[in-house]
Amino acid sequence: MKQQQYNTLKDQITPKIPILINCLKAFVVGGLICSIGQAISFLYMIFFDFTEKTVGNPTVATMVFLAMLLTGFGQYRKLGQFAGAGSAVPVTGFGNAVISAAIEHRSEGLVLGVGGNMFKLAGSVILFGVVSAFFVALIKLILVSVGVASW
Amino acid sequence: MRTIGFSFLLAFVVGGIICVIGQLIMNIGKLTPGHTLSILVVAGAILDGLNLYEPLINLAGAGATVPITSFGNSLTHGALAEAEKHGWIGVLTGMFEVTSSGISAAIIFGFIAALIFKPKGKVD
Repeated sequence: MKQQQYNTLKDQITPKIPILINCLKAFVVGGLICSIGQAISFLYMIFFDFTEKTVGNPTVATMVFLAMLLTGFGQYRKLGQFAGAGSAVPVTGFGNAVISAAIEHRSEGLVLGVGGNMFKLAGSVILFGVVSAFFVALIKLILVSVGVASW
Repeated sequence: MRTIGFSFLLAFVVGGIICVIGQLIMNIGKLTPGHTLSILVVAGAILDGLNLYEPLINLAGAGATVPITSFGNSLTHGALAEAEKHGWIGVLTGMFEVTSSGISAAIIFGFIAALIFKPKGKVD
């Protein structure tokens, strides 16, 4: 079979991805997760002295805690199968990636298993976040020193 | 002053839209979730460099702080704040100033989860 024939055959056989439905699911689930985050933000603003500027940090930490419970009881994977990016893009998805890797590799020991594999999936997010933040800050610092931009 | 219901609506819509962008990157670009999240983090960092992410947080609250884009945003934010005060070295030292909560929470809860939960295996 030639390469081209193979490709056409592959396109015929591979099921079409229902992009519209996937996007709708991602929108609803992602929106709901953010609404839960909003509710947690309000709780922190009412019962603790956080402001709208500072409330992001405790909210994120609480969301990761909820992700731990859902991941530990095996529910987050089911949510992920249904919602796709809707459950992966919120910070709970980041938490799930770290926590599920930690649980998965527990049998290999705390140091080499949990410690070594915890960031197996989520490490790339940290790497590219830090590297891009470094370059963005560097470029902005240069632009400000030259006098082109302001803080 | 915005009503509480309206801020929930904004958080829902903005958070949902960011997730749809992620879904489109995954489906149309045919990339893994790992690639998608990395792209979104970089996008968040760049948006903060252009001073565009802060207005989004003011508008949508948790709709902008809960998606992973806010991770890139707060990394850049810390680096910029320190760079403003201390110059070059601040770019390095300020990086984790703002964003520590997400990573430390993930590490701590991941460790606790590894101690108390058993692997669940395949769902199906």
